[in-house]
Amino acid sequence: MFAPSNLRSPLGRARGLGAAKEGLHHWWLQRLTSLALIPLTVWFAATIVGLAGSGYEAFVAWLSDPCTTAVMVGFLAVTFHHAQSGMQVVIEDYVSSHSWRLASIILVKFVCYGLAILGIVSTLIVSFGA
Amino acid sequence: MTQAAKPVSRPLSPHLQVYRLPLAAWLSITHRITGVGLTIGTVLLTYWIVSAAYGPDAYARFAGFIGSPIGYLLLFGFSVALFYHLCNGIRHLFWDIGMNYEIAETKRANIIVLLGTVVLTAGAWLLALAM
Ligand code: HEM
Repeated sequence: MFAPSNLRSPLGRARGLGAAKEGLHHWWLQRLTSLALIPLTVWFAATIVGLAGSGYEAFVAWLSDPCTTAVMVGFLAVTFHHAQSGMQVVIEDYVSSHSWRLASIILVKFVCYGLAILGIVSTLIVSFGA
Repeated sequence: MTQAAKPVSRPLSPHLQVYRLPLAAWLSITHRITGVGLTIGTVLLTYWIVSAAYGPDAYARFAGFIGSPIGYLLLFGFSVALFYHLCNGIRHLFWDIGMNYEIAETKRANIIVLLGTVVLTAGAWLLALAM
């Protein structure tokens, strides 16, 4: 059998053979986004409360402040990164068929990234004056 | 012929349908449920900002929707889920740095998370409705 893998070192062969294959990076980003989301969520909730009942003009005036624009873009990016990586874990836990698992993870990621882009671009449009 | 082995009554792991989950287990599954719920809720969040990008009319349609009974219900659900997930998420981060594993600490954190959710939700809605 043509198997150059026989020539690989034990470490080279063992690498990536665990049940999880990889995951530290995923785990770390999930914690990092969680940490960032603590202040961002408080900010988000506080602003929604502050904007309650006010209309379009007030919303545009609020969002087009440069700092608000920046924080909103950050909030959207971090939230959707956290959401798609969290949903991946949930799917991995409950969807046992490999093809369905892969398909649903891809779908969730595409939807999350799509919503993130939509939200960020809209924020910029409002901010730059539609 | 071999005889069928007599069933041995081994201890089974807790069976979800007959095992009364401790409070901490309910809070744990709730974290996951709120995480999924919030992810679905981000559609509403995106709709909000996109509607503003489309202009005053689209924004008014969004405001009309969110001001309807269904809209309020969704907003209320989103706020409870967000505050719960926030409080319990902070507890998760404490676990991740190796803190709060004792039973007494877990019970205390259960209460803090639940109280925190109620206080934050009630506070946010009272303030918002007073605006
Ligand atoms: C709209 C905002 C948010 C969304 C859409 C969201 C979504 C999710 C989802 C889908 C999961 C996976 C659930 C699971 O694995 O059981 C998750 C997990 C997690 N979330 Fe969030 N989340 C949000 C905000 C937050 C905030 C503000 C925190 C604050 C600390 C946070 C902390 C965490 C943590 C620590 C986990 C990991 C839990 C575990 O290890 O099982 N999340 N989130």
